[in-house]
Amino acid sequence: MTRRTFLGMPATAPPGVGHLRGAESFPAAARRGLADPQLRRNLRHATTTIRAKSGGVIAELPDWEQLRAAGAAIKADTLARLPELLEQLEARVTEAGGVVHWAADAVEANRIVTDLVRATGVDRVIKVKSMATQEIGLNEALVAAGITPVETDLAELIVQLGGDRPSHILVPAIHRNRAEIREIFLREMPGVDPTLTDDPTALAAAARRFLRQTFLSTPVAVSGGNFAVAETGTLAVVESEGNGRMCLTLPQTLITVLGVEKVVPTWRDLEVFLQLLPRASTGERMNPYTSMWTGVTPGDGPQAFHLVLLDNGRSAVLADEVGRQALRCIRCSACLNVCPVYERAGGHAYGSVYPGPIGAVLSPQLTGIEDNASLPYASTLCGACYDACPVKINIPELLVHLRAEAVESHRRPTAESIAMAAAAYAMDHPRLYAAGQRAARLSRFAGRRGRGLPPPLNGWTGSRDLPEPPAQTFRDWWADR
Amino acid sequence: MSSRDVVLGRLRAALAGGTEPVEVPRDYRHTGTLDLDQLVQRLTDYRAHVHRVAEAAVADTIAGILPPGGTVVVPPGLPPAWLPPTVTALPDDGLDNARIGAADAVVTAAAVAIAQTGTVVLDGSPDQGRRVLSLLPDRHICVVRADQVVATVPEALARLTPHRPLTWISGPSATSDIELIRVEGVHGPRLLHVLLLP
Ligand code: SF4
Repeated sequence: MTRRTFLGMPATAPPGVGHLRGAESFPAAARRGLADPQLRRNLRHATTTIRAKSGGVIAELPDWEQLRAAGAAIKADTLARLPELLEQLEARVTEAGGVVHWAADAVEANRIVTDLVRATGVDRVIKVKSMATQEIGLNEALVAAGITPVETDLAELIVQLGGDRPSHILVPAIHRNRAEIREIFLREMPGVDPTLTDDPTALAAAARRFLRQTFLSTPVAVSGGNFAVAETGTLAVVESEGNGRMCLTLPQTLITVLGVEKVVPTWRDLEVFLQLLPRASTGERMNPYTSMWTGVTPGDGPQAFHLVLLDNGRSAVLADEVGRQALRCIRCSACLNVCPVYERAGGHAYGSVYPGPIGAVLSPQLTGIEDNASLPYASTLCGACYDACPVKINIPELLVHLRAEAVESHRRPTAESIAMAAAAYAMDHPRLYAAGQRAARLSRFAGRRGRGLPPPLNGWTGSRDLPEPPAQTFRDWWADR
Repeated sequence: MSSRDVVLGRLRAALAGGTEPVEVPRDYRHTGTLDLDQLVQRLTDYRAHVHRVAEAAVADTIAGILPPGGTVVVPPGLPPAWLPPTVTALPDDGLDNARIGAADAVVTAAAVAIAQTGTVVLDGSPDQGRRVLSLLPDRHICVVRADQVVATVPEALARLTPHRPLTWISGPSATSDIELIRVEGVHGPRLLHVLLLP
């Protein structure tokens, strides 16, 4: 596929800005993760803990499958009507006192945000954790313009102070343990108590003290958004810590950067996603805080609200009728937490802000397959991600689709070299290889025959079609190995 | 060509192959049996402190939560009878952030509470006030009437008005960013007390 650049034609994310492309291929980068036993221990602990919690609260809902089907359909409907829904969102936000900006790509989004911050006359902004702003490299753009962005999510702060990159969508600093975090704080946090211990409560309290003053003295905030309701113009941010509430409430000016696919048609649609997201993501019945706002509210919260609607390759993803489903993603990270490859290789290996199974299909589509040609091979096609996904994105189908595209693209690195590298990588890790083979066999079989496997395997294949929380069975199967 | 035209043009071109209308199946649960014990249990699960009291006992209960002589931020429309005489009330007439943050607690009412998820929702009505009031003090005391409790998330959304600023609260501020160990109060209120009235 050649990169299409005509105005008004679907376009991929431009190179040279943002964080969608790694410096090296997945197999090469994964070797480092595989060679780091501490990283693998941390990841394993995190993914198994979250999987268990999530499985427990999903099992509480008798209608989980109905919610998944509704979530998948709402997003499919959204994508089919995206232009009209965005226009509706724009109209409602504008009526409510907000200002809507359109950004064709990362360069333009960064320029819009930088100009908006400059116009307020400040040289520091507070930030809510946001994948979209990481994707476009907003922090780097702000720094280049002489503006200091302060990440206020504890994990993002750890990553930022450590001069590091996030390794997980949900717990970005999961690759760091308490001793490392203490060292980073002692080294990088101004005014920190030198007797600080590595007790998580003490570390969190240090971050609280450090950030409180910043929250109260910074008049501009930048956020992403989880959902935007076209019908009402309402934006929603879900979070745990309250740093989001701080950023969304205290400043005078709020700038929200939103991928165009985050829109949902109606207010009522939130009833589906507010059930799917926390349970699939953190394994909670509801996340501690959700903030919703529509434009500006006189006397309460920011009095200037800017919404930046971001394309940056999403139109190219939308143009692919098979690949389009990746835009349903609500960034819950469930697919990361069930993926045997992610668990071993770690988030940095994917080279993009989007790691794990969703990253393996989203990044190459956003950048064009030739720039991330090895990522569709970063998978055993075991199907666990599909079972876990609350909006039923068929990631294995997408991986296969993109592999075909990678082969066709005949661009660097060649398809052969990727296939060989991927095979070499799997063969270095016999358990992984065996699991991949077995799972691939099973999923092919299940695909052809539906629920046709004999006991005890019918529990697994059966769950792929319908009853009970389907992720459960696979997770159990995986845990028992 | 404006960026707006470029982006919308690209998205239209991406869909030029035509799209089928998508029916959204809505056969998930919309209502549920209301169970106040479930609300209590799920709030407690989130390490919120729940007090089931009669309305006449609200002031005494709050007096028991706060140190004598403590200061309490109060939204303009909060029922005065809820406040014990032992505390100093700071009515919000445009209080600055420093004074709000220095208070021992904030007392608010709620708009809706959800039993199945252990959530209270504030909508900025006069008895709940500006969002900042429930954000900066270390303790949030939230008074919920039984008739404000619904069983499910869909029932809650149906009762809420999208044009108000909404804050959904499920337990105190929490982080699990360090080795997945839950720590309360990293940024927002460290303690959440819910007073559930009959
Ligand atoms: S692809 Fe699905 S499971 Fe993965 S992060 Fe997105 S919504 Fe969650």
